[in-house]
Amino acid sequence: MERVSIDEGRCKSCSLCVSVCPVKILTISDRLNERGFRPAECTDQAKCTSCGWCAVVCPDVAIALYREVKA
Amino acid sequence: MAEEMKVIYERPKSWANKVTHYCPGCTHGVAHRLIAELVDEMDLIDKTIAVWPVGCAVFGYEYFNFDSVEAAHGRAPAMATGIKVTNPDNFVFTYQGDGDIASIGMAEVVHAAARGWPITVIFINNGNYGMTGGQMAPTTLLGQKTTTTPMGRAPQLNGYPIRLPEMLAQLDGPAYIARVSLDSPVNIRKAKAYMRKAFNAQIRGIGFSLVECLSTCPTNWQLTPVESMERIRKEVMAYYPLGEFKVAEGVL
Ligand SMILES: Cc1ncc(C[n+]2csc(CCOP(=O)(O)OP(=O)(O)O)c2C)c(N)n1
Ligand code: SF4
Ligand SMILES: [Mg+2]
Repeated sequence: MERVSIDEGRCKSCSLCVSVCPVKILTISDRLNERGFRPAECTDQAKCTSCGWCAVVCPDVAIALYREVKA
Repeated sequence: MAEEMKVIYERPKSWANKVTHYCPGCTHGVAHRLIAELVDEMDLIDKTIAVWPVGCAVFGYEYFNFDSVEAAHGRAPAMATGIKVTNPDNFVFTYQGDGDIASIGMAEVVHAAARGWPITVIFINNGNYGMTGGQMAPTTLLGQKTTTTPMGRAPQLNGYPIRLPEMLAQLDGPAYIARVSLDSPVNIRKAKAYMRKAFNAQIRGIGFSLVECLSTCPTNWQLTPVESMERIRKEVMAYYPLGEFKVAEGVL
């Protein structure tokens, strides 16, 4: 399961998440979603620190964040 | 060793999970999300009645799993007062743009604040009338170009921008008045903390509460969403200082 889970269908390509990610693992992809926007994507899941900033700034509630814990 | 995934962030339960009609990067969506998070965290979903404005947030009722009504332009505080008087156990908030609250609806919010009845106002200051195509609002900054101030807002012609929280904080009625900014993760988290206090002022029956949110309108500002956030920090905050302007005893 991904640490950064982006619901591509809701993304409007605003780039706010890309601009705030402190480890610079978010980018705008080349794909188009069904609404004609190029959704944000995470290029390196393992580098996510779970700071939460992308989800805090997302105006479209398109980002969910997870973190593995030892069971 | 087995691994499980812990939730760091998931969408709030009171968020109806529809794709909004807002323009890309518009902070109306951020304000909406903070409201949904607080309604979840404060367990208000069954008690909430939202009063939506005329303006870009006119379809706000579509996006939440709690009850809503739609007010006539600027009249949300009057409607919210009526709802609260007759349903004192409900949590009643209005959500209003700067045109809605500070132009056509100025009288309603002033008297609601003076009355001091425990309702909550979330006020979105994006410096123009977003919905109708970017006309000057009472909050438009001096020098700012809008469709009705093509040469920039000039005080001799257009008057001075209004700082609504500072004005309302002069009154004895309000329990909590603050201004926050939605420009960055740090300020958005602080915005949520202040909005929580505003919600609490109502829940604890202390009195009227209002939080102004410095917001963006990338489409009419003709800036990218990221540039719009920078504009808040560089230009908007200089005229509209962040902070709490009134905190009555018992508000936490
Ligand atoms: C009685 C009445 N007068 C004028 C209008 C036109 N009108 C629609 S929205 C609006 C202002 C919206 O600006 P604001 O409240 O700042 O909301 P925003 O769209 O910027 O979020 C106006 C003047 C109207 N719908 N009804
Ligand atoms: S016009 Fe402005 S305020 Fe309205 S949705 Fe678009 S960016 Fe947001
Ligand atoms: Mg406005």
